[in-house]
Amino acid sequence: MTLPPPAVLEVADAAVRFGEVRALDGVSLSILPGECIGLVGHNGAGKSTIVSVINGGLTPQQGEIFSDGTRMAPYGIGVARSRGVRCVFQELSLCPNLSIIENTRIMHRSLGGFAWRRRAQGIISPSLDAIFPGHGIDIRGHVGALSIAQRQMVEIAMAFSDAGQPPRLVILDEPTSSLDAGLSAQLLAHVRRFVAGGGAVILISHMLNEILETASRIVVMKDGKIVAERGERGFDHASLVEAMGSAARDQAAARSATAVTRSVLRLALPKGRSFRAFKGEVVGLAGLGGHGQTQLLLALFDMHSPQWWPRRDPAVTFVAGDRRENGIFDLWSILKNMTVASMGEMSRRGFVQDRAEAARGVEWKARIDIRTPDMNNPILSLSGGNQQKVLFARALSTRAPVVLMDDPMRGVDVGTKHEVYGMIRAEAEAGRTFVWYSTETEEMQLCDRVLVFREGAIVAELTGDAISEHSILRASFEGEAA
Amino acid sequence: MRVSADTLRLAVPVASFLLLLGGVFFLQPRTMSYNGLHLLFNLAVPIALATIAQMLIMAVNDLDLSMGTFVSFVACVAATYLHDTPLMGVLILLAAIATYAALGVVIYLRNLPSIVVTLGMSFVWAGLAVLILPVPGGTAPEWARAVMISKPPLVPMAIVASALLAVFAHLLIMRSSLGVLIRGVGGNQRSVQRAGWSILVARASAYALAASFAVAAGICLVGLTTSADANIALRYTLLSIAGVIFGGGEFTGGRISPIGAVIGALTLTLAGSFLSFLRISPDWQIGAQGAILIMVLALRLLLNRLESKGRVA
Repeated sequence: MTLPPPAVLEVADAAVRFGEVRALDGVSLSILPGECIGLVGHNGAGKSTIVSVINGGLTPQQGEIFSDGTRMAPYGIGVARSRGVRCVFQELSLCPNLSIIENTRIMHRSLGGFAWRRRAQGIISPSLDAIFPGHGIDIRGHVGALSIAQRQMVEIAMAFSDAGQPPRLVILDEPTSSLDAGLSAQLLAHVRRFVAGGGAVILISHMLNEILETASRIVVMKDGKIVAERGERGFDHASLVEAMGSAARDQAAARSATAVTRSVLRLALPKGRSFRAFKGEVVGLAGLGGHGQTQLLLALFDMHSPQWWPRRDPAVTFVAGDRRENGIFDLWSILKNMTVASMGEMSRRGFVQDRAEAARGVEWKARIDIRTPDMNNPILSLSGGNQQKVLFARALSTRAPVVLMDDPMRGVDVGTKHEVYGMIRAEAEAGRTFVWYSTETEEMQLCDRVLVFREGAIVAELTGDAISEHSILRASFEGEAA
Repeated sequence: MRVSADTLRLAVPVASFLLLLGGVFFLQPRTMSYNGLHLLFNLAVPIALATIAQMLIMAVNDLDLSMGTFVSFVACVAATYLHDTPLMGVLILLAAIATYAALGVVIYLRNLPSIVVTLGMSFVWAGLAVLILPVPGGTAPEWARAVMISKPPLVPMAIVASALLAVFAHLLIMRSSLGVLIRGVGGNQRSVQRAGWSILVARASAYALAASFAVAAGICLVGLTTSADANIALRYTLLSIAGVIFGGGEFTGGRISPIGAVIGALTLTLAGSFLSFLRISPDWQIGAQGAILIMVLALRLLLNRLESKGRVA
């Protein structure tokens, strides 16, 4: 799709691969002045990746970027900024130890020279006043002392502020996630004003109402591709949810109907329903990333594991999703990585029994098929999928009756996934309970019960045949109280 | 109550400093004079300079374990080359500053832990110092000596120098663009990078600035002691870290306070005198000094907790 030149920015046929994962698969998108593009899609659809490509933080392996009809090569953060591309990221991207004025200095490189503080104040203050009238934020104060909503407001004002290079394309990634209804309305009104004045905006939000009301064009992404694109009023709530899911999907492995037995886990959440899980049950946690699923897992872990003195029989065990960050011990062998959680069972008088440990290794190597000639090889000699299997073995070889899993299949190949699915089913039938957070809908269909999270609360509980991509999407994207 | 977080942060070191000063005056009223103050504080000037140097490294979330040996090395250079062949001495010191900048670059590019690199470098500096000055000796450059023993009217040199240092460091680190950039790197490196800055340049400048302050510390020290030896400033490594923390700085997050750091250095110097005046045996002094430090930090923690409680409400 090629549009006439005046596009503020045009990405043509961009492809990005992270290892085996295709984050972007030939995406073309052009953003015209005076346009607000609503970008929607489920987790891992490629929204954040296309944003990174547009703001110059990520160079696609394939594809070209044009601005005002000229090809930009090389393209990078500096070029993007000089073309007027500004971005508000989902996570905090201000320096909390600096004041708002000092942050303005960091964001606008051209601001230097004597008395820059006064100039910075003259830039950020009107912007904040224009977008959020009556904001009540002291711009000389430290960002660290602000509430989350106030930080978000400052960040948005920063993106729309003009220090010599006026903003022409502002990317807002979930800008309203921490703003209340009044502030969101102020922001969206400003977006409309900005667009009417010839600016361009890309709006990413899980609040579909905001997208439907504000965007002049809606782009739907799925699996790294643009799957639908329609103008204003081309979508309604239902058809948008429809477009995000896929039409047909092969039925995942059959679930055995578990009889309701005694509940083994229970946790009251600050808002919404409380959480409970039963013996032998696989409970799925779904919804968009960062909406409270990991916090729930951590809270469950904290509640059931002793803080001071280790217990002989742990009540819960944890499978980390971010292997490199908090899963494996880089310098240890495969065997040590696997047995570290059940060291207590294999030691006598404080000494680890080498023979028992080795036997445990042999047993699990066979059971989950860890592909290595020797369990004493370093853990990093394994492929990512096999490292993940070791982490599963670590958790499953403990005596803990409950296994908490924090998106453990990230970056794991399909073959390994299916092996692990089988293990989870078998263990659940033997009476273990699994609490499983995953961003992949297919995995949710393996669960007995799925809880959909939105903004830190459980907003829907699905069981049996009601667990489908469509129903999960609908629950995670619901607008206001619908 | 609307007290800014910065003011509150500075309140603890200022209050502890005044308390200790009051204690010293009470125990030994004769210190309440021009000469008394001069003797109490003259050794604090090089420590304050080294503390500012350490603070710059800590501003970018690193830690310098070679501060003591580096200051010793500078002292040795100052007492020999800088006195005998000033041009050569200046060149050596400039090369040392360039080395520090290069360390900052290497630590960032290779993603190395700064404590390991600087610990390694501490042996290099110590070795060089011994090579330059195998036995204690040397002579301080006349100008350094003249500055350090000068007697300005009304207020002793040590206090004037500390105040000037505090103001200068405050302007440089808290007010200038470069200072904002350095602290920004400590606060959120990724966002600074996203705004199009070079992290490399920022880190190299932080290290080079730190080295410049450390060089000043070494020259001041020689100006005071008139001669140098290779181990003259070994305790500066821990004193400088303690001074930064004492003055309201933190190990990570780019939260630092130059004025606080200078006050921290003065307080630590004062604590030694205070304990001597209390007639605590030297065997116990280090332990007592540690106890003072723990008390102040506990107070800080308490205030931090109050601060964050206020934010939630």
